[in-house]
Amino acid sequence: MRGLQLPLNQTQRIRLQRAFEKLQSLSSKANSDASVTVADTIPVNYEDAFLKGHGTTDLNGELVATVCGVVERINKLVYVRGLRARYKPEVGDIVVGRVIEVAQKRWRLEINFNQDAVLMLSSMNMPDGIQRRRTALDELNMRGIFEENDVVCAEVRNFQHDGSLQLQARSQKYGKLEKGQLLIIDPYLVKKSKLHFHHLEQFGIDLILGRNGFVWVGEHVETRDKLCRIANAVRVLSTLGFSMDADLIVETVELSSSLKIDIHDMLGSEFHVLVAEQEAERRSLMGKRRR
Amino acid sequence: MSKTEYVSPEGLRLDGRRPMEMRQLRAEIGTVAKANGSAVFEMGNTKVIAAVYGPREVQNRSQLINDHALVRCEYSMANFSTGDRMRKPKGDRRSTEISLVIRQTMEACILTHLMPRSQIDIFVQVLQADGGTRSACINAATLALADAGIPMRDIVTSCSAGYLNSTPLLDLNYIEDSAGGPDVTVGILPKLDKVTLLQMDAKLPVDIFENVMGLAIEGCKAVANYIREVLLENTKQLEFRRGL
Repeated sequence: MRGLQLPLNQTQRIRLQRAFEKLQSLSSKANSDASVTVADTIPVNYEDAFLKGHGTTDLNGELVATVCGVVERINKLVYVRGLRARYKPEVGDIVVGRVIEVAQKRWRLEINFNQDAVLMLSSMNMPDGIQRRRTALDELNMRGIFEENDVVCAEVRNFQHDGSLQLQARSQKYGKLEKGQLLIIDPYLVKKSKLHFHHLEQFGIDLILGRNGFVWVGEHVETRDKLCRIANAVRVLSTLGFSMDADLIVETVELSSSLKIDIHDMLGSEFHVLVAEQEAERRSLMGKRRR
Repeated sequence: MSKTEYVSPEGLRLDGRRPMEMRQLRAEIGTVAKANGSAVFEMGNTKVIAAVYGPREVQNRSQLINDHALVRCEYSMANFSTGDRMRKPKGDRRSTEISLVIRQTMEACILTHLMPRSQIDIFVQVLQADGGTRSACINAATLALADAGIPMRDIVTSCSAGYLNSTPLLDLNYIEDSAGGPDVTVGILPKLDKVTLLQMDAKLPVDIFENVMGLAIEGCKAVANYIREVLLENTKQLEFRRGL
């Protein structure tokens, strides 16, 4: 089990097992039936016209999956939604990246994609805020804006002809991220929502859930250990494989502070088991409310 | 001169198996947390760990391919994997050959044209060697690639078979392998029913070779069933834990 190499004692193991079983019973039966692995045949009615989407290929006239995942059907489109995979970018996504290289008139950022993304100097606001043509002097001063290993928040602008991404950071909310922690989780755990920037007022923390699986927890004011608590909550949720949004992270942090768990103990076995139990409760309540 | 009996008159091998019986298989996915995909595969006492990184940016610009992904593979044996502690586990001729073999086998099934200008690294390390390390490595690499979500046209499974005491034997262990008899390693794409790897050392008459190769292919299909079960279970687990 990924990352779950925790020393669990007997009772913790049983409790964790029960929590997972409860989650499994709550999950949609349709989804588990539609799970496929590589080279599994996808059941399709070949007489109807259908479109072959991502994750599928034609093998001897049959439709076959190329990744492990769940088959999704939307109107006439049949595709396989892969779970663990690299980030699949869409134009307009908010991503967080780390600067790998300062090149001619651009920065190269690592963003958990097949290739590194490019942030052009012209797609970045100048420090003095004036809109002007970038001169050779600006090019020489690029390191003054972003250096190697800086963490940057940006938006996907478009795809280049060779398949790599071009980013832009033209608004005030994008740019260099300082005084915080960068956490790397799987992209499939970040739910697509309207808001990706969250300012958690009760903690004084900024939380940015990048769609590429890079999560930034940063200080708004001097609040270092609240930041650590939130970062640990993200780590625990990622280890357990639960998809997350800001509300769930806040709930997890509140669980830890209400039980007076030490920040360091949040990464221990007992807290993992408690979070799994709480998530099982939460999903069953959500299910009841819907009915 | 006494000849060691590899198959007893009752039809039992040195470890108590029947000639057409495989060793016990065990697979675990997601063992290396930092890698994009990883797996541990055991065939009896042979234990192998595979880690896949990618697709990611090509590290060596001169090797960049414009229309498909570059696949690199490295095979190594841990010092403690064999009976005597090994001095040079990497870079020797056998490791280089097996790295090349695994790379060619996996490259044939990965849909590299979907990931142009990127690089996929496969690292395989043998933790315990008891015969059939090549096959275990290929099986582990397949699991790790599926775990990393890299699109493949089919899974690749591999198994070895030999011929001792006039009997075709499936899945040789170290003692049977060192007996000096022929050792046939086969890798197949189970769904397409195509052979992608075929290696043999020593000599065999053609009709016996056909028998032995057929036996190895049966073994590969059994491994394929097991691997598919493991992958399906893992996919279901990830899906229900993810929630909505």
